[in-house]
Amino acid sequence: MAKLELQNLSKSYSAKVTPLKQLSLSVEDGEFLTLLGPSGCGKSTTLRLIAGLEPPTQGEIRIGGRDVTQSLPGERNIAMVFQSYALYPHMSVYDNIASGLKLRRVASSEIRRQISEVSLFLGLENLMQRRPGQLSGGQRQRVALARALVRRPDVFLLDEPLSNLDALLREQVRAELKQIFSQQNAPIVYVTHDQTEAMTLSSRVAVLNDGLLQQLDSPRRIYSRPANRFVAGFIGTPQMNLLHLDCNRSCAMLGQYKIPLPVGARSLSEVILGIRPEHVRLVRPGDPIVIQGEVVVVENLGMSDLLTVRVEGKPEFVRTMLSPDQSWSGKSIKLSIPPEMIHWFDAQTGNRVSDATR
Amino acid sequence: MANSARSTAPRLGLWLAVGLILLLSLAPILWQLLTSLKTTADITAIPNVYFPRQLTLEHYIDIFQRQPFLRYMLNSAFVAVVSTLLCLLIGTPAAYVLARLKLPGEQIILTGVLIVTLFPYILLFLGLLELVRNFGLANNYLALIVPYTAINLPLTILVMRSFFQQLPHELEDAARVEGYSTAQMLLQILLPLTTPALVTTGILAFIAAWNEFIFALTFITRDSMKTVPVAVAQLSGTAVFEVPYGALAAATVVGTLPLVLLVLLFQRRIVQGLTAGAVKG
Amino acid sequence: MLKSPGKLNLQQQEQRTGWLLLAPALLLLLLVYVYPILRSFWLSFYSQNLGTELKPLFAGLDNYQRMAIDGRFWESLANTSFFTLVSVTLELGLGLGMALVLNQAFRGRGVVRTVALLPWALPTALIATTWTWIFNDQFGVWNDLLQRLGLIQTGVNWLGDPGWAIWTVIAADVWKTTPFIAILLLAGLQSISADFYEAHALDGASPIQSFFQITLPLLLPQIVIAALFRFAQAFGIFDLVQVMTGGGPGGATETVSIYIYATIMRYLDFGYGAALVVVTFAGLGLAVLLGAWSLSQLRRGAS
Ligand SMILES: Nc1ncnc2c1ncn2[C@@H]1O[C@H](COP(=O)(O)OP(=O)(O)OP(=O)(O)O)[C@@H](O)[C@H]1O
Ligand SMILES: [Mg+2]
Repeated sequence: MAKLELQNLSKSYSAKVTPLKQLSLSVEDGEFLTLLGPSGCGKSTTLRLIAGLEPPTQGEIRIGGRDVTQSLPGERNIAMVFQSYALYPHMSVYDNIASGLKLRRVASSEIRRQISEVSLFLGLENLMQRRPGQLSGGQRQRVALARALVRRPDVFLLDEPLSNLDALLREQVRAELKQIFSQQNAPIVYVTHDQTEAMTLSSRVAVLNDGLLQQLDSPRRIYSRPANRFVAGFIGTPQMNLLHLDCNRSCAMLGQYKIPLPVGARSLSEVILGIRPEHVRLVRPGDPIVIQGEVVVVENLGMSDLLTVRVEGKPEFVRTMLSPDQSWSGKSIKLSIPPEMIHWFDAQTGNRVSDATR
Repeated sequence: MANSARSTAPRLGLWLAVGLILLLSLAPILWQLLTSLKTTADITAIPNVYFPRQLTLEHYIDIFQRQPFLRYMLNSAFVAVVSTLLCLLIGTPAAYVLARLKLPGEQIILTGVLIVTLFPYILLFLGLLELVRNFGLANNYLALIVPYTAINLPLTILVMRSFFQQLPHELEDAARVEGYSTAQMLLQILLPLTTPALVTTGILAFIAAWNEFIFALTFITRDSMKTVPVAVAQLSGTAVFEVPYGALAAATVVGTLPLVLLVLLFQRRIVQGLTAGAVKG
Repeated sequence: MLKSPGKLNLQQQEQRTGWLLLAPALLLLLLVYVYPILRSFWLSFYSQNLGTELKPLFAGLDNYQRMAIDGRFWESLANTSFFTLVSVTLELGLGLGMALVLNQAFRGRGVVRTVALLPWALPTALIATTWTWIFNDQFGVWNDLLQRLGLIQTGVNWLGDPGWAIWTVIAADVWKTTPFIAILLLAGLQSISADFYEAHALDGASPIQSFFQITLPLLLPQIVIAALFRFAQAFGIFDLVQVMTGGGPGGATETVSIYIYATIMRYLDFGYGAALVVVTFAGLGLAVLLGAWSLSQLRRGAS
């Protein structure tokens, strides 16, 4: 119905500040795309460009095949939910939700019908006459959602809509959001810097860093096959272990241990070995890659312990998550790195090296 | 013991200072009020009569009957209200633009606005006098309304701009995404939120317009069109034999009354406005 | 791409709306502030007075040459400078004291603040009549008070005495504008975090040390702003002097603005009046630039 397409979209505020560089992507109807990245990477800027709140320096925006790059925000039929919710403080909840429809001269009986439908859906029926100032944070959030939903827009934009809620409420609303938007048949672009939100809600995730698209993939693949060193380090908590290793004839050297390199990495002189802490485990007989080290810090995370281990003969640390049933004693520990869980990255470019082992 | 002595002494000093502030601020006004209620005999008694034997309203009756004082009040009110409204009407959109849109040359305009707040009116009056003559505006309220609007513009722009800057950006973004045009957004979203700031600025502009002297003295010479400050200042000059001290005092009391009321009602807002206007400097 | 050539892009549209909204204010400011100054500048090179039948005749620098040897002008400049210096200094000192008092916590503080603000809001011309009455030589309460206290034997003609007259104007001005300064400084005081004082007190500093080492330095920008603003206003003082003394006695309180007003309105000497305006403007501009420069230095030092 209204596919959203961005082509080579760039924005610079000045010669030095270029928060968005050559972004191209498309979001289908009903698809939930999340823009994920650290603070200042250009997520909000992207949304503001799509909404028409800022003109792009370069590139094109299409909605349903129509070029809207030069259209006013109001002409794009977009609904946006803001981090602060941006409810009009002087209007009642009802008027807040109705404002967009009134501007489009929808008949008032029709407005009433649509609002009662949405408010029933979101549990807002009893709050209609209140002012935003008389609502809790969660209720305000819902009103903002209602204001977006009632418009039946061509595109939904949400800028960190959960970040002003406390942790418990956030989890609950996250689940609700998932349910609400699974029923919407329009492209949804969602901005967050919280990976859990990105992973749980999205059909696809776009990881941005410094205005550049790093990877655009399903949440599963973002986690299991990070496209480069940045994505690998950014996605997943605790952070992936990233070890700088010298190569010696198709093997990477980790202390005295030799780790065979995949085909694509055999010409490199330096590689980065990535392994998630949850994949590092205590050694068992027959494990191919074993490292020995000294436990430096133990952090109890409840369901598991997070150990920081100094690798023997190397300045680097490896972190590992050990479930309670894996017990160890003393300072010295032997860990195993399962080869199939290793991510290889080119130390120079940071890009992922093809996994084919031969 | 030592502790309480240490804290009592500064406390005493504080109350003394507060008392002094109250006394010095109020004494001249109260003296004028007292004078206006005394009989002429008491006013001119030597040594001074502080507490009159008899209170009288004769001076008030005098200024309203023998002088067209009501007329002066209405003139002042008309000029001040119209120029205040005009000033808000013109200044608020300008303040919005300077707060939100990134126009080239914006910094220069702001600096200019700040600088003109420092101009004494005496520097302007010669040029304005010529304009008033050329446009035939002498003894026309426009000759006051236009300059009063202008002299209140810088403060209006600075105060309203600092107000707009405090408003969350996202509110306007939300309105624009929903389809409000710029004009609709200004009128339906921003204006209702701006009302408190408009009241504050309006009060400051009204006070300045009500108090202005040099333009009113120069551009209006017809007696029936004079504003309060000029009329009162000339009251003493018109007397041939003796200065009508009682009437002068009564006129002063009546002429300051609207402003006293404004201060009593809106002290907090006035202070906010003044500091918002000045701190941006 | 459907883009008609005449259509402005978003940014241009926004800017056009911006200029449209800004235009009335800018035009009015240009008309009332900039035009009169430029016009005076132009006129200052002309003779336009009763001698030229009020027609402007080009006169080059005549007006400025005349000013150089015009004793009355220099005297009014001296009066203005004296008035400005004394009254602004007093107002700053008293205003700071008042702000410090109003910043303390005490019962009824709101009421006291309201009362303290009152003098600032009242019309200067009316205040002038009030002070004229207070300093009246026959029936004035000031003479009466001093006599009752035994400080003077007979009444003094405060307004009619060339030595005292300027002080009556200063007293009235200080009374009226100290609240303004107090408000500005009070806002400054309120923005100084209490943490500073607590940390300083823990270091063993006395309140007086805190005042000089914390309050005064942090308040300095506000003090300079207030001083700058008051300086410009006091330098152009007109209504207070005009109503209280009219510049008299014998020119003892004649300020530059009173002289300008008389030159234009009484002597109808527009050319010379324009030159006086230009010189006053230039002098004031120079002083303000100096003040603004020192303020920017202060701000740089602070950040
Ligand atoms: N109006 C502006 N003028 C200049 N620079 C800006 C402007 N708006 C944003 N920026 C810069 O652009 C960069 C990206 O900002 P953006 O708001 O898109 O970040 P973000 O990814 O949304 O970050 P966050 O997670 O903190 O919200 C930042 O470095 C910011 O400083
Ligand atoms: Mg953001």
